[in-house]
Amino acid sequence: MSAVIETHELSKRYRRVTALSDCSVTVPESRICALIGPNGAGKTTLLRLLAGLARPTGGAVCVLGGAPRQDPAFLAEIGYLAQEIPLYRRLTAEDHIRAGAHLNPRWDAVSVRTRLADLNIPLDRAVGTLSGGQRAQVALALTLAKRPRLLLLDEPVAALDPLARRHFLGSLTAAVAESGGELTVVLSSHLIADLERVCDHIILLTESRVQLCGDIETLLSEHKVLVGPRKDTSALERTHTVVHAVRTARQSTLLVRVGGPVFDPAYEASDVDLEELVLGYMGASAAPALAHLTAVGEEQ
Amino acid sequence: MISFRVDGRSGVPPYLQIVQQVRQALRMGVLSVGDQLPTVREVVAEVAVNPNTVLKAYRDLEREGLVEARAGQGTFVRGRPPGPPPGTHSRLGRSLARWVREARQAGLDDESIESLLRVTLRADSAAWDSDSEEIA
Repeated sequence: MSAVIETHELSKRYRRVTALSDCSVTVPESRICALIGPNGAGKTTLLRLLAGLARPTGGAVCVLGGAPRQDPAFLAEIGYLAQEIPLYRRLTAEDHIRAGAHLNPRWDAVSVRTRLADLNIPLDRAVGTLSGGQRAQVALALTLAKRPRLLLLDEPVAALDPLARRHFLGSLTAAVAESGGELTVVLSSHLIADLERVCDHIILLTESRVQLCGDIETLLSEHKVLVGPRKDTSALERTHTVVHAVRTARQSTLLVRVGGPVFDPAYEASDVDLEELVLGYMGASAAPALAHLTAVGEEQ
Repeated sequence: MISFRVDGRSGVPPYLQIVQQVRQALRMGVLSVGDQLPTVREVVAEVAVNPNTVLKAYRDLEREGLVEARAGQGTFVRGRPPGPPPGTHSRLGRSLARWVREARQAGLDDESIESLLRVTLRADSAAWDSDSEEIA
């Protein structure tokens, strides 16, 4: 399995602001990758660098075997859907389909019409009069008409109600199933429950840096939550890495990356889900700022 | 054809929920030998899960001998899980429903009914175990 995305110490500075620093991530082919992080963590910057819409100020980025660039051959392989869904509100879906045929070397107009017909979305109404969920579906169907090998979606479901979100994600996963392993997706969102259903890979960014990157199932199996008495953890840390600790006067709750099978019997170990994992790593990087509020967070 | 539900909060992995729903449909007679399961594309379009989740579920069912994948056609039911025929389930279901109604009339709430069921199951399986030990 080859990597569709590979970055090495990728950085992007805008004047004085560092939007992304030393970002090294890999996404193998046919994955649906969750891109998670607080607002301002660098998610949109990373997506724009991958799409060739921004140039790095440091490091290297390789997408589908080459550096992202503004040339038709590269852009034909990439579907990019920006946060504010880029449609002409006064034009109909059919107008968009015809315009796309002129603008793209490879264009599957039939697939768009079929997808939208399956969803009962009219082709002959101005897209500005459609619901938010329908507009998102039109944009996704148009993006898929290029038959891209990489789909980059920047918070596509943030503004949708739960049912429209479910339908959108259903269309997305169906497109991945149809592609027979040739479509890779990166999807940014704050909705971890949605991402947990749909994604099998994760990139977690906080404060412009990568906290986690990899196969979700593997990462979950490598982490445990330990609950036990509050005590010195240096013995524990010889084998395991404490990612995040929450301590009360008597009790410690530790998110650890396990380094071996042996656990201290004083702790009760349990499996983690994606939300606990993400919140643990986010909490770890935010701990100094939050310490005065909670008085229990500790940076490890 | 059956449709699946995937509950993200149940604590049961999504692939296992699909496996359990197929097994249940086979036990209840909703699915029978020769029936086709929905395609991976159809399942993910409906429940919005990763396609590999469905593939994993179907592979597990295939390993159990319950379904078979036919190249280019889809996945079909091949056998039933061990256990009594579908009629037994619906008959027992009906008598359980009568019992539940009686329990409610006697003033038991859901929690009491569930704990009574758990206790009875545990006591009964202990009795089963000692019976089989005596036979052995």
